[in-house]
Amino acid sequence: MREKFTYALGLGGLLLMIYNLHTIFTVLPDEAQQGAIGRMLFIHVPAAIAAYLFYTIAVVSSIAFLIRRNFAWDSLAVACVEVGTVFTFVNLVTGSLWGHVIWGIWWAWDARMTTQLMCFLLYLGYLLLRPAVSEPTQRGVMSAILAIFAFADIPIVIMAIRIKDIRTQHPSPVLETGGLDPTWWPPFLIGIVALALIGSALMLVRLHQETSQREMDSLRRELHAI
Amino acid sequence: MYAVAADRVWKYFGDYPALRGADLHVKKGACLALLGRNGAGKTTLLRILARLSRPSKGEIQVAGQLGYLGHGIGVYDDLSALENLILFGELQGLANPAEAAREALERVGLTRVKDGMAREFSRGMRQRLAVARAFLHHPDILLLDEPFTSLDDKAVAVLQTLLAEALAGGATIIMSTHQIREAMELATHVALLERGKVVYAGERTAEMLADPGWLYRTHGESPA
Amino acid sequence: MTGGIRAAISIAKKDLRTEFRTKESINASASFALVILVLFSFAFDIAREEFYAISGGLLWLVYSFAGAMIVNRSFARELPNDCLDVLIASPVPAWSIFLGKAVAAFVLLLCVELLSLPVFGLFYNIRWLGVFWPLFAIMMLATWGITVVGAGLSALTVNVRLRELMLPALLYPLLIPVLIAAMQLTTALLGSDPVNLATDSEMRLLLVFDIVYTSLAMYLIEFILVL
Repeated sequence: MREKFTYALGLGGLLLMIYNLHTIFTVLPDEAQQGAIGRMLFIHVPAAIAAYLFYTIAVVSSIAFLIRRNFAWDSLAVACVEVGTVFTFVNLVTGSLWGHVIWGIWWAWDARMTTQLMCFLLYLGYLLLRPAVSEPTQRGVMSAILAIFAFADIPIVIMAIRIKDIRTQHPSPVLETGGLDPTWWPPFLIGIVALALIGSALMLVRLHQETSQREMDSLRRELHAI
Repeated sequence: MYAVAADRVWKYFGDYPALRGADLHVKKGACLALLGRNGAGKTTLLRILARLSRPSKGEIQVAGQLGYLGHGIGVYDDLSALENLILFGELQGLANPAEAAREALERVGLTRVKDGMAREFSRGMRQRLAVARAFLHHPDILLLDEPFTSLDDKAVAVLQTLLAEALAGGATIIMSTHQIREAMELATHVALLERGKVVYAGERTAEMLADPGWLYRTHGESPA
Repeated sequence: MTGGIRAAISIAKKDLRTEFRTKESINASASFALVILVLFSFAFDIAREEFYAISGGLLWLVYSFAGAMIVNRSFARELPNDCLDVLIASPVPAWSIFLGKAVAAFVLLLCVELLSLPVFGLFYNIRWLGVFWPLFAIMMLATWGITVVGAGLSALTVNVRLRELMLPALLYPLLIPVLIAAMQLTTALLGSDPVNLATDSEMRLLLVFDIVYTSLAMYLIEFILVL
């Protein structure tokens, strides 16, 4: 039952994505200033939004684990952090490609990309910490606290980089200025939904894997105790 | 009514239950010898009672001030004996830590070396310092995890004297132990922990004193 | 509450006393800072005018490396003889233990920073005496940010494998806002740019970071220490 649901979610997301890509590549004209590469927007920005969505679920889940000590919350947290990190990585890579085409450089230290890089490093640390702790309760508590620390840093980093006013070559944020062509909004929003669905499917797969791993570990311990 | 009460305490490490509904009730003024094989959950239970660890399920009630002596001696190598005890006195909120520290050093026979660094002490001296630390604030309840393990004879004598004094002063003692003989001499009650459950709890009988292994044989599991 | 503060002071004094007796982390940290200062001099051509532009960055890089070494020892020094257990078992509240250790680490790091500053000025021909007090204010705020997060992570990783590698890997990303702000402010000060510390938004950022993470750490330390 659960597997069917996961497959349905993933398939739905994939189909939506394919439909969206079809629209993006065949229906829409090239963007005036950027040319063909402007279409990168449809993956680049939704990836970042999806990442933040999953990071938010992760921190809520972490707090729930600290209070309830139910390992389902811990598994949910790590699954969400992993998916979020993957999306952040997609965001970084697409951003880099975009930059290479537009400005000729692989990495421009602009405000937004630096924030994204920092997020990536923060949550990479989380993923590095987990295997280093073998005892599940300890691992769960430490990961939860690290997730809270990491999440609290995101707004502060955004503040810091905004103040520092790093060379803002980054195209003006379309969500804030609303300067996006009206015909581009539907694929953009659909892109977010599609990525969220795919991400959720991946997260559920990871969640199932975590639960199975925990069961195996506990059975192994019981066996040793006999 | 009870000085220490543990009701249906479960402790999971991951999905493995180290304690499975352990029940323990110790009256004030009792001295409980907590027996059990390695891995039975004695250290886990004591740590939970000392508030070092949260129980996964169940209730703990402890009425009074605690003194804890675990596996490690719990003194700082780079402080002198006196400095160590003054520090712990301050942390216990004593009115006059320096006075209490000096008194404690005298009770364990370390006054002569009060200004020596703990790292320079012999093993027996370090253990006596640890005992001084645990008894420093005259706690109502003492939790000791295998306190007689690898003590030299001088330290054993000091510990037994201090324990007897504490009992006479109305303290409650729970001590886990493998050295059944020393423990049985002082104990008023015994409990046997097996696989995370208390399988026997009652008064120490003459039988147990005469034959310390009796309890394991009658109530414990047969060795695999 | 006051009992907790008093206990924190006792613990801070204990950490400082043992540290000044053994000098284990302050020696390592100060030597490391000096070595890095020397090494960096080979990396850059210290033509006066251009160098001022990166002076703040360089200084805070050195300080953050030194800081990681100091906070690493913070809770680790409680491991021998199971002293951490005794502290937790005592009536002292968890936030009090944390505060005492964070304050001790803060003092130690500040000492290393103050020792490195004249050396930095010497090697790189940077004039800093004229702006010492504003610089000190920045050092206080940023150093507290480093030590409060560092001490928290030290408690978190105290029983973890490869702690010495894990702690810096977790620490530096979290400190990015602090380091950015401190570097910017320091560069501005050393380069004699007008900086009004009272109104500067980067100072406010440091303050926000310090308040947020001090509160978070003091609240969450209970969960870290009593598993």
